[in-house]
Amino acid sequence: MAVPVIEVKDLHTHLVTRWGTVKAVDGVSFSVGESETLGLVGESGSGKSMTCLSIVRLVPRPAARIVSGEVLLDGEDLLARSEREMQRIRGRKVAMILQDPMSSLNPVFSVGMQVREPVAAYHGLRGRALGRRAAELLAAVKIPSPAARLRAFPHQLSGGMRQRVVGAMAIAAPPRLLIADEPTTSLDLTIQAQYLALLKELQERHRLAMIFVTHNLGIVARMCDRVAVMYAGRIVEMGPVRELFTAPAHPYTRALMESVPRLGARRELLTAIDGQPPDLAKLPPGCAFAPRCANVMERCRVEAPPEIAVSAGHATRCWLHVPA
Amino acid sequence: MSPPERRASPAAGTPLLEVSDLTKHFPVRRGALGWSTTLVRAVDSISFRLEPGTTLGLVGESGCGKTTTSKLILGLERPTSGAIRFEGDDVVSLDAAGRRHYRRAVQAVFQDPYASLDPRMRVGAIVAEPLVINTELDGGARRRRVAELLDLVGLPARAAELFPHEFSGGQRQRIAIARALALSPKLVVLDEPVSALDVSIRAQILNLLRDLQKRLGVSYLFIAHDLAAVAHMSHTIAVMYLGKIVECGDADAVALAPQHPYTRALFAAALPVDVDGKRDETLVAGEVPSPLAPPSGCRFHPRCPHAMPHCATEEPTLRTAADRLVACHLY
Repeated sequence: MAVPVIEVKDLHTHLVTRWGTVKAVDGVSFSVGESETLGLVGESGSGKSMTCLSIVRLVPRPAARIVSGEVLLDGEDLLARSEREMQRIRGRKVAMILQDPMSSLNPVFSVGMQVREPVAAYHGLRGRALGRRAAELLAAVKIPSPAARLRAFPHQLSGGMRQRVVGAMAIAAPPRLLIADEPTTSLDLTIQAQYLALLKELQERHRLAMIFVTHNLGIVARMCDRVAVMYAGRIVEMGPVRELFTAPAHPYTRALMESVPRLGARRELLTAIDGQPPDLAKLPPGCAFAPRCANVMERCRVEAPPEIAVSAGHATRCWLHVPA
Repeated sequence: MSPPERRASPAAGTPLLEVSDLTKHFPVRRGALGWSTTLVRAVDSISFRLEPGTTLGLVGESGCGKTTTSKLILGLERPTSGAIRFEGDDVVSLDAAGRRHYRRAVQAVFQDPYASLDPRMRVGAIVAEPLVINTELDGGARRRRVAELLDLVGLPARAAELFPHEFSGGQRQRIAIARALALSPKLVVLDEPVSALDVSIRAQILNLLRDLQKRLGVSYLFIAHDLAAVAHMSHTIAVMYLGKIVECGDADAVALAPQHPYTRALFAAALPVDVDGKRDETLVAGEVPSPLAPPSGCRFHPRCPHAMPHCATEEPTLRTAADRLVACHLY
């Protein structure tokens, strides 16, 4: 792998709630290189989104606090930057695409004003050159008749088109790292396929490092080079996509793969994961997945498993894989 | 690879539910003053039948008319034209007693169990509500029935004393299912029953629904956008596009060998959970047109990779091709 664009080292983000301190992100480490896509998979509350927000330092304050760790973007630690410096990094170096395009777009400004804003800020363009560049960006995300669309308002566009506008704003710089947090969850299937193809194309053109947050394993199989599976704030397994799908090491990953219905493989019953997702405020000692795990052992309930290498670039946190 | 159990129809030949030429148009005000109106053809002359103890999966993108269809069947909307026959009787022209009977026999489970359960009612009261309204059972009998229902959906009996907020999403959906089953319905409309749930919980609920169908012989109208889940749950699949059924047939046939270009595109876009699977990149261009002004002829023709000149002028009818019904000029 080339030099990583983003390297997260032992990141801890805590949330202070009425029910006590919740370790939303509990010692997460990973890195993503140029033109590489890392998939972040997990259920709601597993810490995927909180990890992404920690990278751009936009965790909801005052409840959430990044307690320790390092977030290295091209070698410089973002956690050591001042708030002013962070403002120059967000959007310019690290861009985000969120699930709901309307949370990124302002309903009272035209598309043109919103796309021109980052272009003017990053490249200092003015006047006609600015308008041309904005239209080019809309064309780059395959919006038909871009010049006319610049005058439209977000409510006049379909969901797919809005998400394309957000994509255009995200690549305005272009950034080094693109964080896509469930970007296609609100889109229809055929539109989702178009948008995923577009993201791939943008990534190749700008050599973007990409963190792709999703719970859809089909998207992971299609989009990602490596996958990190999160459970209760920790990465429980990380490895190359093919290996994770063909030889999942952690019982949670395996159960996730088996619980998803597949086309063409009709079974009487799906293999369900017992129990409920964990309550982060009341985590058991030891491995957080132990209460739902099919392979649980005595040790799992007392001691949290360390990261254990399964093969090159493939690691898991599970006592099953501890070398004898 | 065993398909779900099929039950023989009690009155031989009569389907549980038969929908023919069902149409629902909504008037929409247009223009600055809202003086002119146009029609949205939300559901346009669709027909299908559902046999007792089986599942019909209804798939399609947003705006295709799935939810309007379910509302028509639940009696929440009145059809513009066409007929819904339940056990042979036309639902629209039922008298008050017949209508009450129909409402008892057809129940629903919705997508969001956080919205469909009253936060101020105890679970016992929620599940018992249909019994209070529709039956003469006394308090003791109702409590016994509630306990039986909770057991059926895999919740402990003490759940009846708790409030909905004390349950997770998957458990709440179990409560909603228990309520839907309280009156022993013959048909349950499942409108996206697992989309709001966590991935690890979805399989539990899908398994529960399959198990209940086997034990109780209830029929499902299953509406979802997760195609693999629909294929897993259904005996028959109907694919809708802009208010029309474009393909309808045996679930395996439709899912594994789709014929209509739209169905093919849809199933190709439903990414398989497989790193080595064939990558059939049939990306359809463009977006779903506005149902206010649907395209002439075949409604899919502007996006169709196989469009021919007469697709723009002539509307294809549903014809039998490869063991299923397809509305496409290719066949």
